[in-house]
Order: sequence, then structure tokens, then C-alpha cells
Amino acid sequence: MFKQIAALTKLNLRSIPQRWGMSLATVFSVALVVLVLMAFLAMANGFKATLSGSGSTDVAVMLRKGAQAELNSGISLAQLRLIREAPGIARNADGNTIVSGELYVIVDGLKRTTLTDVNLPLRGVEPDALVLRQGLKIVEGHMFGSGSNELIVGQAILREFAGFDLGSEVRLGTATWKVVGVFSTGGTVFESEIWADAGSIQSLYQRGSGYQSVRAKLDGADGLKALQDWAENEPTLNLDIITEKEFFSGQASGITNIILYMGWPLAIVMAFGALAGAWNTMYASVEARTREIATLRAIGFAGFAAFVSTLVEALLLAFVGGLVGSVLAWLIFNGISASTLGGNFTQVVFAFEVTGEAVQSGIVMALIIGLLGGIIPSIRAARVPLLSVHGG
Amino acid sequence: MSKTEPLYVLRGLSKQYSRGKETIPIFDGLDMEIANGEFMAIMGPSGSGKTTLLNQLGGIDAPTTGEVIFDGRRIDNLGQGALAKWRSENVGFIFQFYNLMPTLTAAQNVELPLLLSPVKGAERKKRVATALDIVGIGDRAKHYPRQLSGGQQQRVAIARAIVADPKVLLCDEPTGDLDRTSADEVLEMLQLLNTKMGKTIIMVTHDPAAAKYAKTELFLDKGKFIKKGSKK
Repeated sequence: MFKQIAALTKLNLRSIPQRWGMSLATVFSVALVVLVLMAFLAMANGFKATLSGSGSTDVAVMLRKGAQAELNSGISLAQLRLIREAPGIARNADGNTIVSGELYVIVDGLKRTTLTDVNLPLRGVEPDALVLRQGLKIVEGHMFGSGSNELIVGQAILREFAGFDLGSEVRLGTATWKVVGVFSTGGTVFESEIWADAGSIQSLYQRGSGYQSVRAKLDGADGLKALQDWAENEPTLNLDIITEKEFFSGQASGITNIILYMGWPLAIVMAFGALAGAWNTMYASVEARTREIATLRAIGFAGFAAFVSTLVEALLLAFVGGLVGSVLAWLIFNGISASTLGGNFTQVVFAFEVTGEAVQSGIVMALIIGLLGGIIPSIRAARVPLLSVHGG
Repeated sequence: MSKTEPLYVLRGLSKQYSRGKETIPIFDGLDMEIANGEFMAIMGPSGSGKTTLLNQLGGIDAPTTGEVIFDGRRIDNLGQGALAKWRSENVGFIFQFYNLMPTLTAAQNVELPLLLSPVKGAERKKRVATALDIVGIGDRAKHYPRQLSGGQQQRVAIARAIVADPKVLLCDEPTGDLDRTSADEVLEMLQLLNTKMGKTIIMVTHDPAAAKYAKTELFLDKGKFIKKGSKK
């Protein structure tokens, strides 16, 4: 049977040039579906990678209990002082706990590519913030001064949004700020942020002495548990404490799911179109070869061999479509920088990432199209009336 | 089986087609025997049932009633798979329009029936070459059908029909698409296959000149045999 299938498959594939137009249309339509699907997957992967890659397992993020994001959290100075003495937090050479009280403010920005207004995150940080972001480097200029109207901006901010060039003055809220430095964190979400001194933000944005989040360096593997247990038993604290990694994973999953919930249905709707194309092509292929198939069956080839060989042709065309779509997706999307609204209603800059897993999903999608589009014509091929040998 | 025992026995063979509520009888209650080693030409006007009869003999269509017995074995009641196997082992088909695969070379076309047999690759190539030599077209083995004349294509089809050494060759208007010279060459070849290789040949034709090459001429009209003429 294998010899029969191989022979008929070879015959089918050799006859493709006789139907170039329809075969190419099938490849193209499948490629388009895969391209669209992979665009969304690349977007979701890139976004997820940016956020997930941002978190550290040895840094704890503390938010007011129930707050889903820093934006709607609040932590008082008194609470921060208490946290500074908590167990489970690592200490620096001076014996002080490594803690940064931080504020998160939305400011206006202008996207370079579309010149549209966007929300950008302005983060107020304390000196330990630099220790808490491993890999943070000032790549141009210098760190802002304490209590000053100076800003440092992430590289993604500089790249994607207008007006933040080093040395330029920026009007944010009621104050004018000067960009004195550009920092890199190796592509993490922090590069989509503008940083300033926490005290300056409190003052210029009338935040009193409060903060929105606290980050603390954990003291070893048991640090988080010790901190959580302590906070649970501290009546003046009402905090959710998780690792920074968990925090960003949570932030990523929401938006990533939205992207995927849009991407998959769109790709599936488009797949129906491609499926019709594949169905038509394969039907035309069988119709064009009716006498050939009938002759082969008259000679003694089994209907099953005709079925499998036709299905293989459909799968092969779809597979080629899947590959073309994947290559196009990689060429067009992989690495392109984009920004979208993150969990804090501010722009997160990320790079599209066409992963092996996405390619696999695209190819599987293509093969499903080939399978569904090819199965009925394949049944037709298996049931070609033998009397068609006479050309009827 | 001795030469005198029939290769085919048809008993009470009837065939009807339905068109909507209408039933169209092609033939009704045919009885006949075809001897092993026969070269029979079945003649008759269009619509007389010649090709339908050939289809019953080749197991590519089933009778409405009656029996088709081949070499002592009833074939009209075989399932699709068993019938396909029977055809591959016993029957070589030759069609009016050759029915070659346009994307395969002459040799690859001839090789097709052998793919259904246990014959291995090297032996297959050898048998294909022999079959092509027998029909006098060995030098065109690598040509595609479009590169061959009608007569050459029909020779390739004959090579394909004989390569697996079937007992019977069923030919449906084998010269219907050929000029006289090519037709005569093809018919001479069939005659040789019958006389030298002992192949039983049943040929449907409307051409009296073609029928003259057969040992027996059978005339079919409105589903009935009206004349049988034997040259021996």
C-alpha cells in the first residue's frame, strides 16, 4: 500500500504545475492566515517576554491589598518606615535594608511614528531603586539629582516617543523637567519608564509623603516568606507582597491574553477563507485528473491510496503556505519595536518576537487548513467512478 | 486450465442503468463463454452495449443480475478491494485514448502495474524494458506522452497492459484514435501477443478492419448477440 500511496502522491505533486494558479492561491491564502496569526503571536510573545523578563525573583513588590497595579495602590510614609525594619529584607554594607518607596504617575507623551498622544509612566524612585534593578546602566548623561527637576529616561522612551532627547526640557504636569540621563535595563519594561526623584514627584504632583509601591531586596530564598508572615501579623499594614517576577507575569498575562483573544479568532475566521481556497484547489485537482485516477484504480490501485495521496497534496500545499507565512512573519515582524497600553494604562515598549513556538502554531494551523480543505476532495478521489476511464 | 476450458463464463448477465425514474436496459440475460487464448472482437453500433459488456468483464462495473466467472472464480460479487487485486493480477486494459499519466515518462507509465506486485525495483526496471521492447518502443522509455505520437502512446499503453503478465487484455476501441497505418501496427501487435504470448484478448471496436485481426467476431445489437463468426 505504501508503494501505491508513494506512486500516486508523486503523480499528484508532478501535476501541480498544471494548476499553478490555483495552487499558488491556496499557498497564498494559507500564508496570509499564518502571517496574521503570527503577527498576533509575535506581539503577545514580545509583550510577555518584555514584562516577564522584567521581574526578579529576589525583589519583593508591595502594593496595598487588592490593588492590581501600582497606579491604584497607596502606601503611607509610616508604613514605609515600618517596612524598612521588616525581616526577610537584605541589608547593604551599612546595615540598612535595601528598600525603595516608589510613585507611579501618568504623564503625556507623543508617539514618534503616529504623532498621537499617549500615556507614559513617570516613576519616582529612591536611591536603592538602582540596586533593585539589576543590569540598570546609565548609558548617556548622569543620574538625576536628589530633590531636583531632573529626569532620566529609558532607551525605549527615547526611541519611541518624541521630546525626551538628552538635555531637552520637558513640560510634565505643572513643572518643567530636564532630561539628564538615558538608562538601559537590557530591554525590560523599565526602559519604557521615565524616572525622577521620589521626593520631587511627591512635591510637584501633590502626593504628600505617600508612595504607591515599595520594592525590597529579599534576603535569600526564605526572605519572601519571612516578609509575608511578618506583614500578615502587622496590624498597621494591609499589603499584597509578591516577587517582582510574579508581579510582571500577572501584568503580562492580562494584556497577552487580550492580544491572543483577538489574534486567534481573527486567524480562525480567515482560516475559513483559506479553507475554501484549499477545498477548491483540491477539488479542481481531482476533477482535472478524474480519468487518470479512474485508470489507476482500474489497473488495481486502491481507493485508499488515491485518498491519502490527494490529502498529502493538500497538506503539502498548506505546509508550504505555512512556511511562507512564517518566513514572511519573521521578516516583517521579528524584532520590530512597538508600544501598547500596559497594565498601568501606560505605554509599554516591546519588540515583536517570532518564536519557534509561534512558528509551530502557524504550521499546525496551516496543516489543519490543509487537512479540512483536503479531506472531502480526497474522499471524492477515492470514489472516482471507475467508468470514468472512458472519459465520462 | 486447458486451452479448451473457457476463461470467462457469463450467465444470465443483465445490466440496467437508471436515469431518474426511468430504467434503461443495456442487455438482458446474456450467456456466453470466452475461451482461454481467444482473440475476440466485439462489434456493434453505438449504444449496443459493447463497452458495458467489456466493463463487466474487466470488473470495473457490476452487472445488475447474473454472474461473471473468470477462470472458475466468480468475480461479480467481489468487494472493491478484492476486485482491484483481481484486476491487478489478471487484467490489462487498453483504452481508446491511451489513458497514460501525462507527468510520467513512458517507462514510469509502464511500471505502474508492477507497483502493485511484490516485484522489486531492479526486476521492475528489467520487466519495464522488456515490455517496451516487445511493443517496439524501447528507445522512447524516457519520453513523456506529449512527446510521442498517438500510435507510440498506444504502444506504451499496451506495454503497460502486458507488463504484469495478465491473463487477459481488454481493449476498448484501441485504434479508434489512430490513423490506419498506426492502427494496423497496433492490431498486428495485439495479434502477436495473442498468438505468440497466448494472451486472451477481448477487443471492442466499431471498425470492421480492426475486427478482422481477431479470431472471433461477435456482433452485439440492442443488448443481444446477433452473430458470431469464427475464422477457425
